[in-house]
Amino acid sequence: MKYFLQRVSFYLFTAWAAITLNFLIPRMIPGDPVQALVTKYQGQLSSQAIDSLYVLFGLNKDANLWEEYVSYWKQLLTGDLGLSFTFFPTPVSEIISSSLPWTLLLVGITTVISFLLGTGLGVLAGWRRGSWTDGLLPVTTFLSSVPYFWLGIIAIYLLTGPDSFFPSSGGFDAGLVPAFDQYFIPSAIQHSLLPALTILISSVSGWILSMRNMMVTVSSEDYITVAHAKGLSDRRVAMSYAARNALLPNVSGFALSLGFIVGGTLLVEIVFSYPGVGFQLFQALGASDYPLMQGIFLIITISVLVANLLADIAYLLLDPRTRKEG
Amino acid sequence: MSEPVIEIRNLNVDYGLGDQAVHAIRDVSLTLHRGEVLGLAGESGSGKSTLAYGMTRLLPPPGVITGGEVIYHPEKGDPYDVLSLTDRQLQAFRWAETAIVFQGAMNSLNPVHKISTQLTDVLRAHDPKMSENSRNARAREMLKLVGIAPDRMDAYPHQLSGGMRQRVMIGMALILQPQVVIMDEPTTALDVVMQRQILGQLVELRERLGFSVIFITHDLSLLVEFSNRIAIMYGGRIVEEAPAAAIYRDALHPYSSGLLGSFPALRGPRRELTGIPGSPPDLKGMPSGCSFHPRCPKAFEPCSSKIPVLTPHGDRSVACWLVES
Repeated sequence: MKYFLQRVSFYLFTAWAAITLNFLIPRMIPGDPVQALVTKYQGQLSSQAIDSLYVLFGLNKDANLWEEYVSYWKQLLTGDLGLSFTFFPTPVSEIISSSLPWTLLLVGITTVISFLLGTGLGVLAGWRRGSWTDGLLPVTTFLSSVPYFWLGIIAIYLLTGPDSFFPSSGGFDAGLVPAFDQYFIPSAIQHSLLPALTILISSVSGWILSMRNMMVTVSSEDYITVAHAKGLSDRRVAMSYAARNALLPNVSGFALSLGFIVGGTLLVEIVFSYPGVGFQLFQALGASDYPLMQGIFLIITISVLVANLLADIAYLLLDPRTRKEG
Repeated sequence: MSEPVIEIRNLNVDYGLGDQAVHAIRDVSLTLHRGEVLGLAGESGSGKSTLAYGMTRLLPPPGVITGGEVIYHPEKGDPYDVLSLTDRQLQAFRWAETAIVFQGAMNSLNPVHKISTQLTDVLRAHDPKMSENSRNARAREMLKLVGIAPDRMDAYPHQLSGGMRQRVMIGMALILQPQVVIMDEPTTALDVVMQRQILGQLVELRERLGFSVIFITHDLSLLVEFSNRIAIMYGGRIVEEAPAAAIYRDALHPYSSGLLGSFPALRGPRRELTGIPGSPPDLKGMPSGCSFHPRCPKAFEPCSSKIPVLTPHGDRSVACWLVES
């Protein structure tokens, strides 16, 4: 328990540091977003409008850094991430909350499936090494080295077209309104199949490889021989003795990859124009939309930290050696 | 002599297949009698552990049994060949008839499961009908038997010392009351005090429960004290087999006397220690004739050309041309 509290306070500190950096960095970037906006409107803004934009964006030159920092925290704690420049005057929090479910569902589900599938196959390949499963290894090595966005481009090129079942871009049919009804959900699933497959194929191989290698390492441990000598069934030795120990590094890898769900598949979302957080971030970058970028980075930071914490908790539960006495 | 429990007949074990194969065990025949402690000694690489793994079919790949029989005599019923059992029969045979205490005291327990889980899963595998309460009771009983407080049941392996872990392993080995316990260097990883404590306990348990022991070690002085008979292995063969006292008094094979000369005796007068010159043979390129002849101080004419066979001399047997002539 003490260890757990230590970890939590460590992550709170890291979160504070990350948020502070998140506050400072955009303020150190040269250039002025209001000027960018003025140029965008090609001088059609009055000087009064420009002044109010500075105040709205919180770029008030009169306030000092510390006051800005305090008010930034106040805003954060009330869930206010500022207003987006590109979708002005939509609040950033609203944009993120509309794109977050897309990413969470698409990448979240595929990450979980990929982990479960890859680990399962890895256990099999590691336990039955020397059999036909070894033939899969070169394939998985190849697939794990292919960048997933490239796989996505190939998939779009080969599998989509006017008559194809697979749509080439977007998250749902253009004519539909997002709602939980019988028209929208099948369309959303249909649109997510190809990006999901792309992520799955390129990420599952990594799980297979790492799990197989751990299985092979663990298989030569003394306690595996003991388990065989005890006359336990092959299944029990494979699962409860070999896989249970081989799983440990994979679990922390899995928890970390959960953290990258939010920001990690930027490129797939760009390739498929999928309305998720990554695509949003891409658009924000193109438009110098600092509040939106800041907001997305914040979400990514927090999710990575939460995932790290989950990894620690999972390790505490799975490996008794990490538990401190008392 | 009492009836046999395990008879190993002409066992051959190779590592690898075809021309690349290394012959780790060559034509070994050995008999373990009911209630006796049979010591198996030899340098590293002489095939002691391979013999133990081979007779229980636990050889890690690429180990292959290429010939021979291991006849097991159960307490009731007809003897059968362990090497021809089906997988299912083999699972039932293991631990219930022959249990093993391995050399790695530190790594023999699964680090992620409690001691209790590892003690009771043997019971569950061999007797699925046993209730959970009686399984736990049995596990507690075994811990008490080896001198560990039963409240350590819920401990994880890393919370126990090396000696305690090895005692847990001994308790685990005895949990199904096997006829034979194979001890593969059970105390090598432990300090000398712990060694004697555990061996003393083992002797006591054996007298109480009456199982037979195959005790594998390179520490011949330990064997002289604890075993009834000793078999000395060299280069994958048994070169001498005799009652412990007889080997200690006058070893017939020059290798046995060399081994004896390289250890200080636990008791008795002081004497100068001598070693065996040279190093153990490479199993890939065994010397012709008697594999010990390049290192043997007494080697003579037939040694380098003809392989000596293990031949009985009274209650002992030896494979050496010196004795034949």
